Amino acid sequence: MNSYLLLRHREIPDIDKLEVYCQNGGFLGFKKAVTTMQPEQVTEVVKASGLRGRGGAGFPTGMKWAFMDNRSWPHYVTANADESEPGTFKDREIMEYNPFQFLEGVAIASYAVSAHTAYIYLRGEFWQIARQLDWRISEMKDAGYLGEKIFGSGYSLEIYTHLGAGAYICGEETALLESIEGKLGQPRLRPPFPPAYGLFGKPTVVNNVETLTNLPLIIERGADWFRSYGTEKSPGVKIFSLSGCVNRPGNYELPLGTTFRSLIFEHGGGIPNNRQIKAIMAAGASSALIVADEKALDTPMDYESVPNLGAQLGSASVIVIDDSVGIDWLINKTVQFFCHESCGKCTPCREGTFWMAHLTERIHSGKASWEDVKLLYDVASQMKTKCLCALGEFSIEAVMSGIDRFKGDFEKRVGANERI
Amino acid sequence: MLSEKYPEEIQNLLKKYPSDQKRAAVMALLYLAQRETGYLTKPLMQEVADIIDISITDVASIVGFYSLYHEKTGGKYRIQVCTDLPCALRGAEEFLEKLCENLGIRVGETTPDGLVTVERVMCLAGCDKAPLFQVQTKDSIEYHENQSVEKAMDLINKWRR
Repeated sequence: MNSYLLLRHREIPDIDKLEVYCQNGGFLGFKKAVTTMQPEQVTEVVKASGLRGRGGAGFPTGMKWAFMDNRSWPHYVTANADESEPGTFKDREIMEYNPFQFLEGVAIASYAVSAHTAYIYLRGEFWQIARQLDWRISEMKDAGYLGEKIFGSGYSLEIYTHLGAGAYICGEETALLESIEGKLGQPRLRPPFPPAYGLFGKPTVVNNVETLTNLPLIIERGADWFRSYGTEKSPGVKIFSLSGCVNRPGNYELPLGTTFRSLIFEHGGGIPNNRQIKAIMAAGASSALIVADEKALDTPMDYESVPNLGAQLGSASVIVIDDSVGIDWLINKTVQFFCHESCGKCTPCREGTFWMAHLTERIHSGKASWEDVKLLYDVASQMKTKCLCALGEFSIEAVMSGIDRFKGDFEKRVGANERI
Repeated sequence: MLSEKYPEEIQNLLKKYPSDQKRAAVMALLYLAQRETGYLTKPLMQEVADIIDISITDVASIVGFYSLYHEKTGGKYRIQVCTDLPCALRGAEEFLEKLCENLGIRVGETTPDGLVTVERVMCLAGCDKAPLFQVQTKDSIEYHENQSVEKAMDLINKWRR
């Protein structure tokens, strides 16, 4: 059996061609669902598989679908292809090289929640990918996998791409829905959640690209087969995007529960220039900084274990930091990002990221005193749990954990200045 | 007029969304409008507003919110370099600095011949292939990964010819 479940293009050349995809089991899962299963049965299989959302939150996918309000119609499915987290580049590889498996996943999710229209929300930068997907969607339609009476059943489905235009916040699911509706991409107050009140005010499932790409094989081969990968609470494989100070950056598809050490040193080839690993960010720029000691390196990367290190697995975008990097510089980078991307809707995030950006810049430029570091920590603490969406909460993760866990870097920066 | 120049394309865009949700086509229409000159003028925004029956103020708010819409003229090619954390760890800052030095401009500026604008942008989802940039023109976006200043200058010189 092939060893890849998601990045199958690495083993099967030309799987981005419809014919080749079909020769390799393509659309068997979708066909099985539509011709032999009721929508609720599809949801039950996905629930039993234990598949959890791969976009970052790790929420059980089947449970999300089961929340869809059946008193309100039509239903919509939206694929979140906004991939914008610094350190994340997995969905792009799937959509570029194994697009039909992803599209089949969109179709299966749509069938499961009885949606007849699905939108793929791509970040504007993925302009070329959107064009390729449009073309592939029309190929699927010509082949009878989309449109009316699919596989001779009464089920019909259309999939459309929707291109964003450069805004990280649109990866937040309610901002994404606002953006499709033609409004500013700003998060909504929740509840109600999208399965109750989503796109155009209708029940909507929003799933990440990687999550959806798991579905064809789960339906075709069953929940037990899927559970043979990964851990009990985090079944399946995950694409780890590895970047930063590492010899072989790239995407690695590995079972959930693989250790940081295995990813960074076995697969990633270790740290360049004989440097020492200093810190790990497991969820891109949104991560708390993990001190890369022996215990951390031996920690399994799954949704349950990473929190023991005071961090989250998130989208599994592992950024490796070596001992040449000052954490004061690092948090200035992440904070500048969040400040730029804050949508401006809620005050704690809009103001908080702005003031943090001033402080991290001042600290990094060596013009700050220890009072500024304390003030920065204070601003971050005040934002905690007060922001409308996760963006604001994410922006303080590296700041607070950085100051807590790498205090020396800040003392050095401030101290050097005080000597001047 | 956009509606006269691209009637079929506009209809196809509107068809993607429920008939009472025309506004959903605003982003696609703005890309269409930007094809004209590479940036969005008030008359163009007004045309978009008229097609989907919303106010120009609403259209302008969308234009201002998203970074790939431009309200001012720029170079024919906008080189947008990511310098976020993972890219910066792989030399993106130095790349951006040297590229600008080679072109004799600062970040955000356009070369005197109007060919190239260099901009600093946020994450492009290519962290393992840094330094990287995307090139935005009036009607396309293209990625260029694993870059060096030499490679980038070769590309620019090809445009110059």
